[in-house]
Amino acid sequence: MEERVTPSLLYLDGVTVSFDGFRALNNLSFTLSAGEMRAVIGPNGAGKTTMMDVVTGKTRPDAGDVIFDGSQDLTRLDETEIAELGIGRKFQKPTVFDMHTVEDNIRLALKSDRRVRATLMWQGSREESARINTILETIRLAPLRNRIAGSLSHGQKQWLEIGMLLAQEPKLLLVDEPVAGMTDAETRQTAELLKEINRDRTVVVVEHDMTFVRDLGVRVTVLHEGTVIAEGSIDQVSANERVIEVYLGR
Amino acid sequence: MAALLHALDRSSTAFLILIAAVAVVVPTLNLVVPETSALHLPTYLVALFGKYICYALLALAIDLIWGYCGILSLGHGAFFALGGYAMGMYLMRQIGTRGVYANPILPDFMVFLNWHELPVYWYGFSHFAYAALMIVLVPGLLAFVFGWFAFRSRVTGVYLSIITQALTYALMLGFFRNNFGFGGNNGLTDFKDILGFNVQSAETRAALFSISCVALALGFIISRLIITSKFGKVLVAIRDAEARTRFLGYRVESYKVFVFTLSACIAGIAGALYVPQVGIINPSEFAPASSIEAVIWVAVGGRGTLTGAVLGAVLVNYAKTYFTSGPLAPYWLFILGSLFIAVTLLLPRGVIGTLRHWWALRRDYLNAKSAAIDDGIAVGIALKRPAE
Repeated sequence: MEERVTPSLLYLDGVTVSFDGFRALNNLSFTLSAGEMRAVIGPNGAGKTTMMDVVTGKTRPDAGDVIFDGSQDLTRLDETEIAELGIGRKFQKPTVFDMHTVEDNIRLALKSDRRVRATLMWQGSREESARINTILETIRLAPLRNRIAGSLSHGQKQWLEIGMLLAQEPKLLLVDEPVAGMTDAETRQTAELLKEINRDRTVVVVEHDMTFVRDLGVRVTVLHEGTVIAEGSIDQVSANERVIEVYLGR
Repeated sequence: MAALLHALDRSSTAFLILIAAVAVVVPTLNLVVPETSALHLPTYLVALFGKYICYALLALAIDLIWGYCGILSLGHGAFFALGGYAMGMYLMRQIGTRGVYANPILPDFMVFLNWHELPVYWYGFSHFAYAALMIVLVPGLLAFVFGWFAFRSRVTGVYLSIITQALTYALMLGFFRNNFGFGGNNGLTDFKDILGFNVQSAETRAALFSISCVALALGFIISRLIITSKFGKVLVAIRDAEARTRFLGYRVESYKVFVFTLSACIAGIAGALYVPQVGIINPSEFAPASSIEAVIWVAVGGRGTLTGAVLGAVLVNYAKTYFTSGPLAPYWLFILGSLFIAVTLLLPRGVIGTLRHWWALRRDYLNAKSAAIDDGIAVGIALKRPAE
């Protein structure tokens, strides 16, 4: 192991990403301590999803440092290696394996040896089934375990994807718009679910829905044009003039 | 063993029994039933059916990567042909002094080209074991190297299909050249013996037919073992949501390279069994159109079903034999093209895929119906009737 250079779990400093001259992230700095839950908000095009892309290795930044767990330089790793380190990601659009059953979706996500030989020689175990059951209970999909994931409702797919994240047993969960397209009741349940998850894992939630963010009751980071313009509790942030200007002053 | 039982469900077992029956019945009708009988099968038909079985094995190889992992290779004919050439080289070395020029070492075409020594890459092909190794190794190695570069660079979809076409086309151009050392446009032919048996004899043909059936059955079992394992679930996951699979921590390129290489090895074996039965291998097997045709077989039968690939290969090739030997011969390519369009538009799941879909719908319907009866809905309807 290399030496820890920062006490934070996730540390972004001076990160810049441009696409054809457009700066999606502009000298972005962001730190997150272990065990924290953080909401990231901002208007469309603020760079929220790009930030997730940088952390998970989908996009390589043009400049800046991205350090995980104090010593891992994420800019040098690809998606697979980053996932192995313990960073799980939920996409904006629910992405599950439509042709697999709910149970198999979780099974594929379970933390396990991901190498070709291991999956070829794989045999189910009681311990594995128990882990799958626990997760299905947590995400309230146990009665639907044998359903094809493609036949689930939108909200159920969002939960299944969160369940898959849990199954990976990551240290850090990046959750992109978990309540998009959910009913009010589902939104509330999702907030509960995320709080439950946060008991033993660090979570970053990107969200548009302000009521949901308020429900979560966590520290909020506001992004605008690829950079952080405010940080603090939801009340502090919504009183911030710059934030009001960005959100309403268009 | 448990994995094997798990892999072979009822329809797979039925399919294997069918293959076993064909492997026994066809040679019997040819060798045991007397020629005067109406049931006698002429030898040329045995070789023809043997050809279909080899095509079926190629289709199976394509279905494994296309149907389950979404890799549409339009160049699988290349691996088939390479396996065929490896077998052809062995068969050429068996001719010995019986060739036109009676050279004990050099095949006829080399004598004709005024070559004096056997090229290094022909060494060893007089031994069957070496040739058998090359039949698997050469296509496998090419697929591994090709896949390594293509999948690591994340070439997917139509771009991958195009470069597989380029691969087979490049090989075709190479094999057409005389100085490449594989007989140029004439290819390899005039075979005499295989393992000491005359390739033309009815007995050898019958044996080759049965061996092809065994190879098909083994290919099927291996494919079933793969798709029913967790590895197979990962393949389907890659097919349906590649990025998700990556973010779950699976190294997608390793999975693709493995299955692509395995598929190429199976295609090579199919090609090797094909050559002694048709009696020739030439560069036209590398033609991009042949590879596309093989993909059509799979589409017709139903991709992602394995049995569909086999059925599609046999059906389409039977149709090809039927149409190209009659007055409709000039129109065969139009028929094939329309077939592909018709299947894509009207039967996107293919024959077996559609049947399975209907079956599943029917089962759901019956389940729903019995559930409704349990809930007393049907009782309510029954009670209503007298009042009307």
